[in-house]
Amino acid sequence: MRLRKLLHITFIIIVCFSCESETVNTYKNTPSPLEIPKLFQENILAPIVPIDNPQTEEGIALGKKLFFDPILSSNNTQACADCHAPENAFTDSDRFSDGVEGFFGNRNSMPLFNLAWNYDEKFFWDGNTFSLEHQAFIPVTDPIEMNSTWQNIEQKLKQHTDYPELFEKAFGTKTIDSSLVTKAIAQFERTLISANSKFDKHLLGEIELTPQELNGFNVFMDEARGDCFHCHGSDKNPLWTDNLFHNNGLDETFTDLGLGAVTGDPADNGKFKSPSLRNLAFTAPYMHDGRFTSLEDVINHYSEGLKNSSTIDPLMKKVSQGGVGLSENDKADLKAFLLSLSDNEFISNPEFKKE
Amino acid sequence: MKNILSLLLITFFTLISCGEDNENDTSQTNITFNFSHTWDGTAVTNADFNDIKFTNENGDKLSIERLRYLISRITFTSNSNEKLVLNGYNLIDVTNNQNLSITSSAFIPQGNYRDLSFTFGFTNEDNSGNYEDLNSASWFVPEMLGGGYHYMQMDGKFINNADEEQGYNYHSIRAADNPGDNPTFPQDTFFNVSLGEVTVTNNAKFNIEMNIAEWFKNPNRWDLNVLNQMLMPNSDAQIKMYENGQNVFSLKSGD
Ligand code: HEC
Ligand code: HEC
Repeated sequence: MRLRKLLHITFIIIVCFSCESETVNTYKNTPSPLEIPKLFQENILAPIVPIDNPQTEEGIALGKKLFFDPILSSNNTQACADCHAPENAFTDSDRFSDGVEGFFGNRNSMPLFNLAWNYDEKFFWDGNTFSLEHQAFIPVTDPIEMNSTWQNIEQKLKQHTDYPELFEKAFGTKTIDSSLVTKAIAQFERTLISANSKFDKHLLGEIELTPQELNGFNVFMDEARGDCFHCHGSDKNPLWTDNLFHNNGLDETFTDLGLGAVTGDPADNGKFKSPSLRNLAFTAPYMHDGRFTSLEDVINHYSEGLKNSSTIDPLMKKVSQGGVGLSENDKADLKAFLLSLSDNEFISNPEFKKE
Repeated sequence: MKNILSLLLITFFTLISCGEDNENDTSQTNITFNFSHTWDGTAVTNADFNDIKFTNENGDKLSIERLRYLISRITFTSNSNEKLVLNGYNLIDVTNNQNLSITSSAFIPQGNYRDLSFTFGFTNEDNSGNYEDLNSASWFVPEMLGGGYHYMQMDGKFINNADEEQGYNYHSIRAADNPGDNPTFPQDTFFNVSLGEVTVTNNAKFNIEMNIAEWFKNPNRWDLNVLNQMLMPNSDAQIKMYENGQNVFSLKSGD
């Protein structure tokens, strides 16, 4: 934390020194700081917005257009939104998504929301990419995703009827390049904030939960039953994830090493980022490889399907018996609680839909 | 732009005025606290994690995969029993090498003190606060156990009686009974750690050491086959942790 402050100060100094020559810029964009939900404001640290990419109305609008525009793919057939659709809380319903060339990856697409609160800024299932701006570079040129080149995209955007003006409005320049494209997309992605689930409203005192949902929350919080809270947040951490990497006992041996392939440390093999449990109603299938089609499958996994391996998280219990063995009632209640974390307003928010 | 400039100016002024403070009052100084860890005298860092390489008093072989703990209210007690309390807390994260060293931004007068002490965990009063950084670090304790925060999380694996690797979660919190809407609290399980007499010199450093093995040793010889997981709702286990914690910390060297 301290280091971060120091870095900020250093940044400020550097920024100030470097601004003098920039003051000739005449363009004016409109600052549009993130609207932080009350529960986030009260309970968790402020979101991360890089100092060199502040949120502006023009930047967000441009990012949104790019996000929904297949122009970013090699043959103009695939947009980010094809694999990250608003109605699915910005993931898709496929186990593996197919790219422009019809190739399939080996990872399930990830939902996109509350990304500015990923404090360590490690993105993807294995955390291999730092910062949202850098993340957006990757799908565009990934052969199994949009399979394009930046040269090609810059060319297409420059020749487009609208984009040059939109870039000028957002960034004060007609020189379109990959870094501005990714900055705009990241600005849009940061606005994807989900904090209006039934459970949020319960915490805000606006709605009562059913006894079933309440018991489900108790299962979630009870170290002797669900014990989900150590990794998946709680009323005190309304992100519903720790954004850290764990092996939650899916496999005995790993075909996908996950974090281990990124760090090179065998102790990290089979570890993946804990996903947020918000919006599960819209994000099936589940896990990094989309192996579970239903929440019942997920709950059965934690209850009696755990597989042992040397890197399994020590929080996993009674692994030799497959798990703690929840009662059928507790399982049903846990599911009801999990669904109360889904945010219908988020998926129907017109600001997040293609125009 | 204006904002940034004024921020910069403020930063400069602060720097300048800090310098003046230092010159005017040479009896005050910044203090650094370093936290180090051993297993009965052998240094332990996160490089030693994930390996079943430790043996506890009971003979259980174990590894550490995660270790974080909270200390608060570092206190200097003067010879006239005046207490200088550094408000605030520090979440020491050995797994990620975070906050192993903190420098107090408050100024402490130089001289001799009859005791340097801190609270392991939070006092009950501090424990009822709401802390954004601790919530963000998923450090909270479920409301059904009284809420508040963990004092320590030590997770790893041990070789059980069936010769298999098994997880353990040595999580220390405020002991609670009757989990639910109205939990009860059998006894306090935060504790005061007294490190003894110290002298505060210019830019003093205090090296505080945790002997991790002590958590399993004395007065309760810890059998991981009996006490391994689900210890948060187990108030007996919490009280045992509290008792074993009394001799875990020591002052290595003050200079
Ligand atoms: C072909 C489908 C596909 C397309 C097109 C696609 N993505 Fe993804 N996206 C994925 C998959 C699959 C993952 C997870 C990959 C992994 O972890 O290896 C992912 C992960 C992400 C993540 C990481 C989220 C997190 O929490 O770590 C972000 C952000 C993201 N995509 C944004 C974008 C943007 C922006 C675009 C357009 C420029 C885009 N994606 C295009 C499939 C796609
Ligand atoms: C040790 C940390 C940990 C604990 C404890 C834990 N999880 Fe998870 N959870 C994870 C990780 C890591 C993943 C992703 C694993 C992967 O895909 O390889 C995950 C995935 C999930 C998913 C899939 C979400 C998605 O979008 O794909 C659900 C649902 C889930 N967990 C629910 C729970 C519930 C319910 C509990 C308690 C019974 C629980 N988890 C306990 C770490 C944990």
